Amino acid sequence: MKKLLMATAACVAMPLAAFAQDKPDALKVGVTAFLTGPASVFGVPAKDAAEIMVEDINANGGIQGVPVELTFIDEGAGTETLTTEYRRLVENGADAMLASISSGNCKTIAPLAEDLQVLNIMWDCSTQKIFEEDSYKYVFRSQANATTEMLAAVAYLLKVKPDFKTIAVVNQDYAWGRDSWDIFRTALGALRPDVEVVGEFFPKFGSPDYSTEISRLQALQPDIILSTSWGGDLDTFVQQANQRGLTNVSTFVLPLAESSLERLGSSLPAGHIVGARGDHYWNHPERRDDEDFKAFMAKFEEKTGAKAIYPVFHMSQGLAALQAAYDKAAEAKGGEWPNEDEVIAAFEGLEFQGLGRPVTIREDHQGIEAQMMGTSVQAGDLPFATLENMMIFDGGELTTPVGEESVAWVGTLQPGWADGLTVDSYEN
Amino acid sequence: MNLTLFLLALFDGIAYAALVFIVAVGLTLIFGVMRILNVAHGSLYAMGAYLTASLTTFIISAGLPPIFAFPTMLVSAVLIGALLGGPLEWLLLRRIYHKPEVLQLLVTFAIFMILEDVQRLIWGTQPIFQSAALQLMGTVRVFSVNYTVYQLILLPIVAVALLVGLRYFLRRTVAGKLILATTEDREAAQAIGIDADKVFLLTFIVGAGLAGLGGALASPTTSILPGIGADMIVLSFAVVATAGLGQIEGAALTALLIGLGRSFAVYVWPETQVLVPYVIMVAVLLVRPEGLFGSPSARKI
Repeated sequence: MKKLLMATAACVAMPLAAFAQDKPDALKVGVTAFLTGPASVFGVPAKDAAEIMVEDINANGGIQGVPVELTFIDEGAGTETLTTEYRRLVENGADAMLASISSGNCKTIAPLAEDLQVLNIMWDCSTQKIFEEDSYKYVFRSQANATTEMLAAVAYLLKVKPDFKTIAVVNQDYAWGRDSWDIFRTALGALRPDVEVVGEFFPKFGSPDYSTEISRLQALQPDIILSTSWGGDLDTFVQQANQRGLTNVSTFVLPLAESSLERLGSSLPAGHIVGARGDHYWNHPERRDDEDFKAFMAKFEEKTGAKAIYPVFHMSQGLAALQAAYDKAAEAKGGEWPNEDEVIAAFEGLEFQGLGRPVTIREDHQGIEAQMMGTSVQAGDLPFATLENMMIFDGGELTTPVGEESVAWVGTLQPGWADGLTVDSYEN
Repeated sequence: MNLTLFLLALFDGIAYAALVFIVAVGLTLIFGVMRILNVAHGSLYAMGAYLTASLTTFIISAGLPPIFAFPTMLVSAVLIGALLGGPLEWLLLRRIYHKPEVLQLLVTFAIFMILEDVQRLIWGTQPIFQSAALQLMGTVRVFSVNYTVYQLILLPIVAVALLVGLRYFLRRTVAGKLILATTEDREAAQAIGIDADKVFLLTFIVGAGLAGLGGALASPTTSILPGIGADMIVLSFAVVATAGLGQIEGAALTALLIGLGRSFAVYVWPETQVLVPYVIMVAVLLVRPEGLFGSPSARKI
């Protein structure tokens, strides 16, 4: 009799069990980031941020009641290992992937994600070419791209220092250094054809010494020195330039320097232009008084001993995009757990907010993200430069229209373009 | 290029060459004596840089005079040589001297990888910068261009002193003569009572110390971060191969050639600056496969 009762109970429970399986025990998310190598200056803070954020998401009931489970893959292990690990993770049941930091890796991952039919959110790579050269079903970008970032730097430069006549560039000799200069130079050529490019230097990636370039730049004395370098390369260049007085002669435009401010200490003096790869700044003028923003910043600083830098914000956007898509898809389904196609459909036109301003996903899967630029000042209580004269640009106006190619499009910009942009300004 | 720019390029080239020579000379010394291409030399260089930066930061934070940053460099070099170089040779390398060269390369590469991870464990992944020594010496103005006294004057002086000192050590001191004798013919040296094991140990300690000294001297001028060892070992190999393996004077001349070549490339044709060291290496090896100062039969240090 007891056996019969148990069998009956089991039969009754079966449909319930089948229904319950629709909502998984965990939402498995793979994250690729540089955890070793020079780019770990971005990957490690992003990993720390992801752990804090997912802990908070899960403490608040997870995504639609499902806890998030993170697995990290080290991009520093090389592209071959990355793709092997990526494939293994997806085949082992990952529901979504956040990949990646390197633009080169994004170019590899995007078609792989398409082959594996897995949702992939490009959370940090910047190459504008991904959605200009191909279209994808499963791949989305939760941030801006290189074109948006470079145009913000051009626009800010034209607004705050319109009288410059000469410019030189010192970029890392790899795809980002070359591509970013291509966009910047083309835009400048269209908007200020009178400006002369007096020097183009592309020292090798990871160069420990910029002495010769600095001597040459001191002899050239350009009004503006652009460098889209990052990490240790940017730190070394600015430190050596400051030691030799070059920062007193030329104005530096450093679109990625927000991530180096704390490390540079007093080596970046006042008056140089700093970009934040989005509106990403630990002292964000619109968000710094929000309780959730302050709480996160405190947690991050407690965990890492450092201020949050832009990859932290990009990670917040990647995770916010994932959560917003599941929420939107579940809402459209009357609160039921959505399937993969329904989540993917939710991405188009999706609006979500990480630590900065809200971001939207365009029909070509490109994120439209606001851009903040500022000027360095060494006037605060902190032992490193902070930003003043901050401007936040509308990302949509700086992003190449759907269907167009970036370098060609920026070449069509007309002088006076920067004056017509939507911008919010903050003194400090 | 006018005379002013020519002289500026010359100064930049000499300053760069000095640092490259200081690192490469340790590598060539080890190869000259022990016939081992020590890939871990790059890690020893990085460890020297990290250690110097940490010790200098400690000195500054402890309120001690910044001038102590200079003896700190020597202390770091000695510590790297004695505490890392000594045990590495004694515990590991002496077991593989008679093994195939490819195994020696793999073992030293493994040491390199392990030490890279040790650096990450101790110092993390964020770039470190400690330039107290460089700031202390200030700048000097040459043709309207500011140079740091540290790079323009101190580094070349140290490089020349090192070259002269090594020559004196090898040719005028007993320890140096023992090293030379062992280099020429290990079996004959042992036959007349020279303890080759001790000579190898001493050589490796000195070579590792020179790598550490290179890192220590480089530390005030650059950001110290994971990967700096790999960058320097590639350049050092280029110097050592171009000079002729084991050639100290050749290393000095090659470092100067590479430094000047790179510097003039930046002034004249910046696109080629990355290629220049390797173009020089290929050009030399095509004409003289044994290197500028090398000999196809017997090598001397």
